[in-house]
Amino acid sequence: MQIIESAKTYDVAIVGSGAGGGMATKILSEAGFDVAVLEAGPFFDPAQDEYRNQLRWPWESPRRGASSNRRSFGDFDAAYGGWNLEGEPFTNARGTDFRWFRSRMLGGRTNHWGRISLRFGPLDFKRKSIDGLGDNWPIGYDDVKPYYDKVDKLIGVFGSKENIKNEPDGFFLPPPKPRLHEMYYIKAARKAGVPVIPSRLSILTKRINNQRGSCFYCGQCNRACSAYADFSSGTCLIFPAQRNGGKVELFTEAMVSEVTTNSEGKATGVTYINKLDRKTYHLKAKVVVLAASACSTARIMLNSKSSVHQDGLGNSSGMVGRYLHDSTGASRAVFIPELMDRQIYNEDGVGGMHVYTPWWLNDAKLDFPRGYHIEVWGGMGMPGYGFGFNPNDLNKITGMGEVGGYGDSLRDDIKRYYGAVVGISGRGESVPQKDNYCEIDNEVVDEWGIPVLKFNYQWTDYEVRQAKHMQDTFEEVLSATGGTLLGDKPGADREYGLTKPGEIIHEVGTTRMGNNPKTSVTNKYNQLHDCENVFVMDAGPFVSQADKNPTWTILALAWRASDYLVDQVKKRNIV
Amino acid sequence: MDRRDSLKSLLVGSVAGGLLVTGCTPEASKEETQEPTLPGYGRTAQEKEHDKEVLAEIFLNEHELETIAVLCDIILPANAQIGGAVEAEVPAFIEFIVKDMPYHQLPIRGGLAWLDNHSNKLYNLEFKKLTREQQMAICDTIAYPGKTAPELLAGEKFFTRMRNLTLTGYYTSELGIKDLGYKGNQVNVWDGVPQEVLDEHGLAYEKEWLAKCVDQSKRMDIAEWDEDGNLLT
Repeated sequence: MQIIESAKTYDVAIVGSGAGGGMATKILSEAGFDVAVLEAGPFFDPAQDEYRNQLRWPWESPRRGASSNRRSFGDFDAAYGGWNLEGEPFTNARGTDFRWFRSRMLGGRTNHWGRISLRFGPLDFKRKSIDGLGDNWPIGYDDVKPYYDKVDKLIGVFGSKENIKNEPDGFFLPPPKPRLHEMYYIKAARKAGVPVIPSRLSILTKRINNQRGSCFYCGQCNRACSAYADFSSGTCLIFPAQRNGGKVELFTEAMVSEVTTNSEGKATGVTYINKLDRKTYHLKAKVVVLAASACSTARIMLNSKSSVHQDGLGNSSGMVGRYLHDSTGASRAVFIPELMDRQIYNEDGVGGMHVYTPWWLNDAKLDFPRGYHIEVWGGMGMPGYGFGFNPNDLNKITGMGEVGGYGDSLRDDIKRYYGAVVGISGRGESVPQKDNYCEIDNEVVDEWGIPVLKFNYQWTDYEVRQAKHMQDTFEEVLSATGGTLLGDKPGADREYGLTKPGEIIHEVGTTRMGNNPKTSVTNKYNQLHDCENVFVMDAGPFVSQADKNPTWTILALAWRASDYLVDQVKKRNIV
Repeated sequence: MDRRDSLKSLLVGSVAGGLLVTGCTPEASKEETQEPTLPGYGRTAQEKEHDKEVLAEIFLNEHELETIAVLCDIILPANAQIGGAVEAEVPAFIEFIVKDMPYHQLPIRGGLAWLDNHSNKLYNLEFKKLTREQQMAICDTIAYPGKTAPELLAGEKFFTRMRNLTLTGYYTSELGIKDLGYKGNQVNVWDGVPQEVLDEHGLAYEKEWLAKCVDQSKRMDIAEWDEDGNLLT
């Protein structure tokens, strides 16, 4: 095989264009570095009409927005790919059912995510000190706080000052007013002793600069915003970095297979396959930033074997791929009779919930460690494929007519129940386990010839008991609405409705940070213990994930690590 | 007119008042010789290729599509105010969706065949050729889950699937959205639940909560904060 060498040597090669890669691109290019960004998917810009899904009507899709193998969250969702990537499989060890959501495109999964932007609190970095499980981070809230502040101001997040111990306030834009179903939730949750506050989403309820618009309340952040009024890596980090005159070269359709190293074990660049011509290229760089997502980064590192890095780059500890963990999840829904036959008005709101419940039992004695937050959903949304299925099943509850049937009366059924169901979902912190890991499956390669990942993952009793607590809470809160809970309460036989590992798409921990090179992969600045000119800036370095969505912390840590990288280069400690 | 053309003419709303007209007129064939048009929204190359293939594929035959059109019209007919499933081109949607989601294929094909078998047994005629009263008499025996005779359960399953596809096809069409009254998917400024709706539900915004919320008259002002994170603009 003939590898095509890049003509020049870049200061930094950044692998991945999601939250971490985007932040690294912005900070490092603004520091004057010559940056190459390698993205395994195509270019994407939601402001250009050829990419736009926002404000499309369901009939513009022949499958009416249904999900498919090509786009798991439906035709209008911004994330290409999803649970399945054609030609790029992964495997599960016997007894494991790990799900892995991947999106190959500029900006990665930031194009469609829920924009829930929560800071980790002081307790979240030091959970071992509280419950004796897992490990503490080598850093604390005070180390990250200045970066959370900067991320808030640069990107924008709405929320409210609440002074809650482990839910740090930030530089918030004002939140939108609650919608009707959210007011029902607030009332019911309070009855059950569960607090509710305005949600914290990276959506611009006010302008934050002259480059990005403010939210126009279509509720479609998952489709990517043509006004750039929500956060995605391309629109808020990479494009601005390019506009600011930084030296940023984008390599799309570039599937990185390995980090190359020299005889001393220092990184010399990355090898990638250009998906368009299927040829192998070598891009030379003085520093490599891996931000391909926790699992993809682990895969690249494990596939980067050399005489110095015999078990894979940065893996002298044997920890690469280990401590993989995802959030827990469980849900329940309620039918509220007062919400029947609603007056219809535009309540699309922002793309996501306007209110939520942060974890409220840090001080309670419970039979499981760690907590969860509660998200709320409901309302009179735009119909898509599946709307109208079983249109009058709720007649069973109300006795307001037959179940099934045909004819004009179906219209009445549809309208009677439109917007009358409210759901809540828990998203919790799991306890990282050394034995939950991804490794290279030596028997399987993807269509680019790169060995794929194999997952080994089991929930423990901690997560199962947490899911039980969620279900008990959901039952109490939803019963307090006065409505009728839907479906059976999942019991022990169904692990209390606990989602499969990977399903919440918060997978983190595969290259965890620490002070001890024997038990961790990176130092507290996301730099490999084993290789000083390689950094990991996705969620791989997370020691634990809190019950908070990881993106805001990925961004803050990537900024912090980029500042450190710049400083180390200035001091000539790296190159 | 070849088979594809006649199928297409079937799908392009050639149904009036529940009566199926499948005439092979010269006008129809002239119109129907174009390539299938791909959706114009943001698609990857792989998706475009897939959609093109599916659109070009043929699965249901003319007879099946005619029967589906009859069922669509029974399930959601037009009323005095607004058109029904056939006007909303739901048969064409179903024609596409069974190709796109192959797990529908056997249940739909088998269900349609079951319906004709059943109809032949009762009336010695295919379902689509029955009078509307006869068709509805059959539907009455399979449209109400929980009340179906055991030997007709396969028919109930089929009818339920047809009702689901018909309603989802209708309410995701322009006509259906209009019927539903959905008001969103447009540029808007959300400033809370209308007062009369709050009143109707006996709810009110709390002062303290409202004080935190966005003042929409300042939404275009660029945000600035003091050093403690208090918004100044």
